[in-house]
Amino acid sequence: MADQPEPRRYGRGLFLVTLAGGLSSLAWGKAAWSHVTGVVSPIAGAIAPILPTQGWRIYTVSDHMPTFDPATWQLKVGGLVETPTTLTYAHLRALPRVEQISTFHCVTGWTVPNVHWAGVRLQHIFDLVRPLPEAGALQFVSAEIPYVDYLSMPEAMLHDVMLAYEMDGKPLPREHGAPLRLIIPEMYGYKNVKWLAGINLVPHPEDGYWEQLGYDRDAWVGRSNGYSS
Amino acid sequence: MIKYIPRFSRTERTLHWANALGFLFVLATGLVLYLPSLSVLVARRPLIKDMHFWGGIGWVSLLVLVALLGDRRGLLRTAREIERFDHDRLNVGQKINAILMAAFTILFLVSGLLLWYGERDTRFHFASTVVLHDGLMFAALALFVGHLYLAVLHPATRHSLRGMTLGSVREDWARVHYPQWVSDTEKVPDTRSAR
Repeated sequence: MADQPEPRRYGRGLFLVTLAGGLSSLAWGKAAWSHVTGVVSPIAGAIAPILPTQGWRIYTVSDHMPTFDPATWQLKVGGLVETPTTLTYAHLRALPRVEQISTFHCVTGWTVPNVHWAGVRLQHIFDLVRPLPEAGALQFVSAEIPYVDYLSMPEAMLHDVMLAYEMDGKPLPREHGAPLRLIIPEMYGYKNVKWLAGINLVPHPEDGYWEQLGYDRDAWVGRSNGYSS
Repeated sequence: MIKYIPRFSRTERTLHWANALGFLFVLATGLVLYLPSLSVLVARRPLIKDMHFWGGIGWVSLLVLVALLGDRRGLLRTAREIERFDHDRLNVGQKINAILMAAFTILFLVSGLLLWYGERDTRFHFASTVVLHDGLMFAALALFVGHLYLAVLHPATRHSLRGMTLGSVREDWARVHYPQWVSDTEKVPDTRSAR
């Protein structure tokens, strides 16, 4: 009887190809995913209730996610200003409203395009408190203790920096920083402080929560934290 | 009288269940980190993140430990068996599942370590690390669901679960699903159940 042919050993090949594909995807994965996203977005929309909505991940640094009560919430604006002011939620909503559509980039690599924000520009806050000439930066204080971060005055005055109280046509959800968060699309998400409770005008920027752990203070998208695009 | 024949050794079964335990633990904690609805519900991200990270390290360590302390020669024999894409003790689908899960486990570990180190040192930052980690999760979840269906629900195949729990399966069932293996076993008695 003739010998049976030895079965081909494909297993090792499949293992190595899978491993090589996975490791090399560290170089091409994000670009490929951007192409795929456009194709699968209709499917993703259908299963949105069980999947991360439009690609958001919720990052917190403490064991308590702040809650929002419109009756008691306050935004304290002070420091190097002529008129320290405490805004209630009603007062905040009465300020001139602006809207914008911008892309949100997280330093860990995920991106959410075309987010529709509504809120107020910092200039409207400045009109109320009147910064002193020596104010060179803003400290944004989160209700999620101990999260703080800073922007220099020129950064804060970029055309699309805003304090957002609405996201995609609805009041800002709790996990996105209700009722108010900072939005600076040019910088990675960790500068976009959530659950804003206070803004202090200070002489110069300092290291915020993540900067103290080694992240760049100027978190320009694609030009900081080891990225160069 | 029903006759049972040995199918998976004690080391193989221990390795399988250690892998299942580790995978389910990191899947559960990973989903809490990944899904916004669960993130809000649990809200204790730093704790869950630590559990996920150390769970992943524990998962891989457990696999290494079982392999080192168990029947290493038997596992090597199984590895060689899995390499051949023919239908003997395992069918081709089971072999592909095992190979992909082994590769995924290594990739989970590498991408997870990069995410962890990247948070501490930006030299380990890669824009695609999170894409790889998440993509692996979806691929592994699809494999897991298929595996679970065949092992627990599908009437024709669910008897195979007995092989992975008690170590043996009905001979008449094995003759239908793994005729070559039964025939080989009759020629050379299998000693796998011993260790």
